[in-house]
This record gives sequence, C-alpha cells and structure tokens, in this order.
Amino acid sequence: MADTTGTTKGTNMDLLRFATAGSVDDGKSTLIGRLLLDSKSIFEDQLEAVEATSTSKGYDYTDLALLTDGLRSEREQGITIDVAYRYFATPNRKFIIADTPGHVQYTRNMVTGASTADLGLVLVDARQGLTEQSRRHAVILSLLRVPHLVLAVNKMDLVDFSEEIYEKIHAEFTQFATKLNIPDLEVIPISALNGDNVVNRSENMDWYSGPTLMHHLEHVHVASDRDLIDARFPVQFVVRPKSDEFHDYRGYAGQVAGGVLKPGDEVVVLPSGMTSKISKIDLFDKEITEAFPPMSVTVHLEDDVDVSRGDMIARVKNAPEPLQDIDAMVCWMTTKPLQPRQKLAIKHTTRTGRALVKDIQYRLDVNTLHRDQETKELGVNEIGRVQLRTTVPLLCDPYSKNRATGSFILIDEATGVTVGAGMING
Amino acid sequence: MSPCKAAHGTMLRMSQTHADYRLSQLDQLEAESIHIFREVAAEFEKPVLMFSGGKDSIVMLRLAEKAFYPAKIPFPVLQVDTGLDFPEVLETRDNWVNRLGVNLVVASIDDAIASGVVVDDGKTSRNRMQIGTLLNAIEENGFTAAFGGGRRDEEKARAKERVYSHRDEFGQWDPKNQRPELWSLYNGRLHEGEHMRIFPISNWTELDVWDYIGREGIEIPNIYFSHQRRVFVRDGMLMSETPLNPMREGEVAEERTVRFRTCGDITLTGCVESTASTIDEIIEEIAVAKLTERGATRGDDRFSEAAMEDRKKEGYF
Repeated sequence: MADTTGTTKGTNMDLLRFATAGSVDDGKSTLIGRLLLDSKSIFEDQLEAVEATSTSKGYDYTDLALLTDGLRSEREQGITIDVAYRYFATPNRKFIIADTPGHVQYTRNMVTGASTADLGLVLVDARQGLTEQSRRHAVILSLLRVPHLVLAVNKMDLVDFSEEIYEKIHAEFTQFATKLNIPDLEVIPISALNGDNVVNRSENMDWYSGPTLMHHLEHVHVASDRDLIDARFPVQFVVRPKSDEFHDYRGYAGQVAGGVLKPGDEVVVLPSGMTSKISKIDLFDKEITEAFPPMSVTVHLEDDVDVSRGDMIARVKNAPEPLQDIDAMVCWMTTKPLQPRQKLAIKHTTRTGRALVKDIQYRLDVNTLHRDQETKELGVNEIGRVQLRTTVPLLCDPYSKNRATGSFILIDEATGVTVGAGMING
Repeated sequence: MSPCKAAHGTMLRMSQTHADYRLSQLDQLEAESIHIFREVAAEFEKPVLMFSGGKDSIVMLRLAEKAFYPAKIPFPVLQVDTGLDFPEVLETRDNWVNRLGVNLVVASIDDAIASGVVVDDGKTSRNRMQIGTLLNAIEENGFTAAFGGGRRDEEKARAKERVYSHRDEFGQWDPKNQRPELWSLYNGRLHEGEHMRIFPISNWTELDVWDYIGREGIEIPNIYFSHQRRVFVRDGMLMSETPLNPMREGEVAEERTVRFRTCGDITLTGCVESTASTIDEIIEEIAVAKLTERGATRGDDRFSEAAMEDRKKEGYF
C-alpha cells in the first residue's frame, strides 16, 4: 500500500458558489475566461483546443465562450443553453460557478443555477446601462434568495472609464433593487477584456475605491447566510447495521438543513409529534458535540420512537408547521403549461407525495414585476404564485427563512420529468 | 460605493458569532456527496457503484463507506474488466473490496465478446467495447442506478451533466433534454428498463480528490506515485512497456522515472515523468501542471473535440 498520509492545504479553504447570467454580448464569457485564466485554472490543452476552434471558424480572436459552451449543439449555435459548472480556486477559497444563459427562453436554466448559489453576478454593458435582461436577472436572483449580488458594470474601457456613467447605473440599479430582496449589493466597474478591477485594481479608475471583483468574491462573508437558529433535520435513511458488533445500533442519517443540533437537545419528530432527546451524533466513526448545516451526520435518539425517511427532527419549541395547503412561487419548466386541477408528484426535503394545483393566483412578469391576474396558467419559463394541496403534510418553512426546507420540485407523473420548482411563501 | 457599507459593522459581529460554524470546502463537498449516496440508497431499488480502482472511484467508495457506517455499503461494486487493466490497480481493488466486505461484480469484455454481446472487429478499441459490456451488465443484473466517479472539471461535456443523469432503455444520454436539477432535490423517477447514472463527486476537482486522499490517508494504486518504469513514446504520450500493448516498428522502450495521473486501459493511458512520491508532492505538481489529466495522458479523449460527449451519449461512464 502506498503511503498517503500527509497534510494538505485544501482542508482549510472555504467554498463560494456563485451564479452568473448574461449573454455573450455582455462579456460574460470573457469575464469567466479571465477569472479562470488569471487564477491559472485553464490548462494549455484547453486553451489550445479553443484557439484551434476559433481559427477554424475564421475568428480573429480567441473565443473564450468556447470554454464554457460544452455541448456540440451549443458550439454550433454559438449560445449557452444549459447550466455549465466551472471551478477555480485561490489560496483561501474554492469557487463553483454556475454559468447560466441570459435569454428569457432559458429562465429555467438560470433558476436552476441560482438555486444553489451564495452569490449572483449580473453583468451590464456600461454603454447600454440597465436593460430588461439585467433587471430580469436581478429579479430571478432575488426570488431565489441568493443573498449576495454583484452588479458588474462591464466595458468601462468603452466609455472612457467614466465615473458619471458608473454612478448613473449604480443609482438606477439601487433604486430598482429597493423593490427586491437583496441583502447585500456591490456595484463594481470593470473591463473584463483588459482586466480592469477583475483581479487587479484598475489604474484607469482611481475614482473607484471599492473592491475588485476577485477581492469581493474572495472575501464576501457567506458562512452566516445559513439559518443557524431553527434546527431542522430531514431524515434520509435509517442506519441499522444488523451486525454482531453493532447489534442495537439505530441511527437517523441526514444532512442538517438548519440550526445547530447537540446531544441532550429535546427534539420532536414530525409529523408524528413524538418527543425525545438527542443521545449522540455520529460523523462516520466519531461522535461529535455539534452538527450544523450543511453537515451530513447520523443522529441518535434516547427513546425508541418510530422514525423513518421523510420525517423531520426539530426542536420541541421550534418546529415547522406541517402544511398541506401550500402557497408558493413556482417556476414552470416544461412546454405543456401548468393549469389548475393538474396533479403532480412533489418532492420536498426527503418527503415525496402528490400535489393538486388549486389555483394560479398570478403570473409574475420578471421584467417589470407586474402581476398578471388574468392568465390562469403558467407557460414554460414563467413564474407565478400557485396554491397547491398535497396528499402528505410538508414539514416546511418559508423559503425566505430556509432555502432547504422552503423549496420543492414538481414532477410529471407520466414522464418522470422535473417540470416545476417551488419556493414556499410565508 | 455600495449601499450596504453602512451595515458592515453588523456583518463583522455576525461573523464572530458564527465563526465556529464554518465548514471547510472539503467537508462541504464530502457532506454533499454523502447526501447523494444516501438519497440513492433510499430511493432506488438496485444501485451499483462503478469501480475502476482509480483514484476517483476510490474516493467514491470511501464516501459510501462513511455514508452508511457502521452498516455495510448497501450495494455491490461493478468493475468492467477490459483485460488491459494495470495489475497494481486490480490489487488495490481487491484490497478495498475485502476490507469493506462489499460484493464485487466483474463484467469482462472477453466474456462479452465470447457471448456475442460486443463484437471485436479488430478496429474497435477496448475502450469503446466497455460501453456494450457495461450496459449489458447493468441490464442483466437489473441495476437501476449506477454511481460513477465523473467530475465536471474533467471535460466540457461533463461540465453540463447532472448529478442524477438519466439513461433511456438503450442506456443513452440525451444532453439536450436533461432534467433540471435544483437545490439538493434529486429526481430519481424511472420507467421500466431505464436507469440513472449518479455522479456524487460532480463538484470535486482533481485537486480536491488529492486533498481528500491525503486527508483520509486511504490506499490508492501505487502507480500514481513516482516509480521506475520501462516506457516508450506513442502519439506524444509515454506508454508502459507490456505484452498487453505490443510496440510498433520504430518504438523504443527505455527506463524513466514516471507516474500515472489517471488509471485506464493500459494501451491508452500514458504516464508523465515525475519524481512526486507523496500526496503533497503530487499536489504541488498538479498546481503547476499545464495540461488537464485527460488531455495529458488519455488517448481515448483525444479523438475529437466532442469525443467524450459522443461516448457519453452511447452510455459510457
């Protein structure tokens, strides 16, 4: 056996997931290419492949979009269709980019990318200012409760690095953002092409005293974004070894969705309502004193209560309410529209059931925030407020409080395809 | 300046309060992968873990061990035996399987050829023949979910693949028609004859895999570490001298100090000159590497720009 013991650096890094949205015209691919290049995350063979393709297509520049457009059909059409995941790291942080298409007909892909993001990066072209598209991106990121937003005002080199133009876009966006839920906003003037304020501070914009994009990405504080107050533990799997050594072992495996769990905590098992105490918490072969999101652990209870997959362990005095009438914002993802009376499968945390569409209250225009109450259906890529009745109670929190216990997916029972994504109101 | 600057003081206080509730990126990746293993074990009738003996599948096996401990891993492992595997890799495979007491299912390409499942026309590489052999093994055993060690940082077709990746009754992947995948809510619905490929380490990079192997102190095949080996140059890659891969005219073998960055078919997997003999030295080497692990040493990915996408559509790992 080879000796693999040793210390490694990666164990002390933290992680930031961010979503980008925009079209090629905004310079999104150039920006991602620059982040990857400047953090030395692109390899020579990848760059060579892209250069060769650019040349064969007759371009006189290296099209960095070819790095992110992974599928043959995307390269043929020259557009990003699907979400692509990209990875890079600096000495203190690893980054996962969910690179999503900007066009309105791919809203569902942007919703997908934003669902797991800690930060959203919206690009605007300094020459154009805010467009319908950039407003829509901000609306979607806000709906998905992405806690940090960066507006990158790109192509500053093409407006002579004008502070006035930057301030105008900044003011206009800040005004628009008051209608949204954006707890943390940073507006950064950049030139992705030349690298101004991307990794290195721009010498052309000494009037700007804020962080560079990379500095902000490296330092934005995300650990406290998760709910560390309301303990939520959806049970995934019951661990019962049935071996001689662990004959009486019975543990509840799952990923902490909220709060901090400790041995000795008085807990309630939902939906049954039985109470008990946490006797111990295992992380692989070690007992730990605290478990917090997003740790995957195994919880043991003092009493022999009936617990199975789909149940939720919470605190006696702080438990989610089991709900069968669900009021949620739903993003619809398939061509056959969502209509009242439709029946679908629903998956919420580790719980699966069926749902009936009681009502579609309104359709939200993601460009203008206008609520259209006339149309009683949702088409593909549309978002609306929907009332559902479920066969099983969902042990849920408002999405604004907890993204893990406030979200669900809808599945077409005939095709098995995921057709909707929901965020519970409250 | 940002409108949030005023709130800076509050944010600082909060960060002090929650300073202890921070999980390193490796712990976050581990927690995510364990969650995926448990979801699959809970929701699928008959999962299987595709195990090559390479570093990525070893990391998968380690994560599966942790996900169900102290219970045994509740599914078997499947290896496609190309007949061209490195003996060191097979040895490591056996050590892992024995230690964990898991069931090993071997699908052999030679058997598949003998029974007519795949056709050896003398032109098709064994790499391609793995596809038919694998799909046949999945169908014969009735596996409904197959864990694979694919990572999204490996290759651009993989960058778009879901964690739960649907395969139709022909085992094919339809990249244009993938199910949306949101939050950590995975959809495992299948029709008769279909199966799901599951990629629990999708979000890991090559460096993460090495960091994890180092942190966990787990066994990997020793060909990943620097050693003396007789090699020859083919298509710009350093290939191992072995009866399994006869040398062609003009090819000359000589002893060099090398290591392998990936473990594949011995006739297609090249090595790199390296003196890295510990995990830390390997990590240092990767940090300054100029080529991706597949581009540097895998003949199977060099055929065309969409080589991986095409093989994946047919049912490759």
